[in-house]
Amino acid sequence: MEKMTFWGYRRPDGRVGIRNKILILPASVCASDTTRIIASQVESAVTFNNQNGCSQVPSDQQFTMDVMAGYAANPNVYGTVVVSLGCENCQMDLVLDAIKERTNKPIRHFIIQENGGTISTVEKAVRAAKEMAQEASLLQKEEFDFSELIIGTECGGSDPTSGLAANVLIGEMSDRMVELGGTSILSETTEFIGAEHILARRGKTKEISDRIYQIVHDYEHAIKLVGHDIREGNPSPGNKEGGLTTLEEKSLGCIHKGGHSEVTAVYDYAKQVEPKQGLVIMDTPGNDPSSVAAMVAGGCQIVVFSTGRGTPTGNPLAPVIKITGNKVTFANMSDNIDIDASPYIYGTKTMTELGDELMTEIKEVADGKLTKAEALGYTEMAIARVCNYM
Amino acid sequence: MTVTVNAAIIDEKDTVVVAIEKINAGDEVIWRDRNGDVQKITAATDVPMYHKVAIKEMPKGTEVVKYGEHIGLAACDIHVGEHVHVHNVQNHRENL
Repeated sequence: MEKMTFWGYRRPDGRVGIRNKILILPASVCASDTTRIIASQVESAVTFNNQNGCSQVPSDQQFTMDVMAGYAANPNVYGTVVVSLGCENCQMDLVLDAIKERTNKPIRHFIIQENGGTISTVEKAVRAAKEMAQEASLLQKEEFDFSELIIGTECGGSDPTSGLAANVLIGEMSDRMVELGGTSILSETTEFIGAEHILARRGKTKEISDRIYQIVHDYEHAIKLVGHDIREGNPSPGNKEGGLTTLEEKSLGCIHKGGHSEVTAVYDYAKQVEPKQGLVIMDTPGNDPSSVAAMVAGGCQIVVFSTGRGTPTGNPLAPVIKITGNKVTFANMSDNIDIDASPYIYGTKTMTELGDELMTEIKEVADGKLTKAEALGYTEMAIARVCNYM
Repeated sequence: MTVTVNAAIIDEKDTVVVAIEKINAGDEVIWRDRNGDVQKITAATDVPMYHKVAIKEMPKGTEVVKYGEHIGLAACDIHVGEHVHVHNVQNHRENL
């Protein structure tokens, strides 16, 4: 396969980013309004509404910490300004440690309760973010090999065309990324229940195969604890009406995003993903915003996302490329969807041609082209949860 | 000459194709294989849109293959051109 390159920014920790954001990071929900205001005052600054960071059980707090630190470490981020209230469970020193474990990029931090309240904090943080933004603007892009890319994959709002074309196309992309020496992340554990044995067969080692079974088993167990059986009534009557006959078939439609390569690693939710690993799995929900957030926290620069019914969601840090296999959806939601995979269904394009199209799109997006979700400023995201707040 | 396909195949190992529009018994089922060549069979039953139709004989107990993997077992003999769905496919839980 021909070599592919893209233009990116080499970060001091060695990773390569394709955007140059200043992350204004809220350590908890109590800092989120403040970071929203700070980000609105600085060009190239981004933030998100962190609903968590306090009153969480340890495993939930870990999810929150990993997403926060992972976001700061994501190579699309130049540097981070962390803002905390001061009394939350996700204490500033814990957040800073978690970030420093992952990256040595610039960090500034401000604690609202120690800075005389929100208005003074806004003043200081805006000044710090502005300085970072000016430093970041001096960077020039350099040319890198595609093997530096980690691509997250996702499906949402699925319909039968997802399995017929859109996910098949993502699988083609995944295989090519593996061949090019990069990393492709298959996620959404709940969407491979019923086909986990097929993925496990492709584990590079027995340990990896066992881990694949384990994450599925643990997820089913966690759902059972609140009285629900994931396998029951799946496929649903709607799925069956749509043509899906067995759970295996439905899950195969989803795991087809992983192409045909062997699985070289299994990562827990939002843990840091190494580059140049081929196909890896991350344990995430089928729920899109929290799954995409986890892969971005893991370090992916771009997300490729299939949708049958059409969804507009993006991410604050990583461009999300939307693909549909449904020609009606592409026509109705062309404002939100980047690639039409339906020609594969109608035989007017081969999977090779569509694969070429998607790889070209990935290169152009890496180089700077805005996806539709990016151009529209769609940045909603979520952090996964194990249980209620305390 | 342009041919209008009305079905799609995903993997060359598949024993079914997916109807991409409603197909009536007696209609030709037309799809392009992965090389771009046109393939045809005759539908033996009606096949709703996005449902599967058999392109290979599947005797009772043999595997129904889609995505290059098996998705279930034939619950009875399934003949070429027949609608393949919950009425003639049984789940086969792998030994997980």
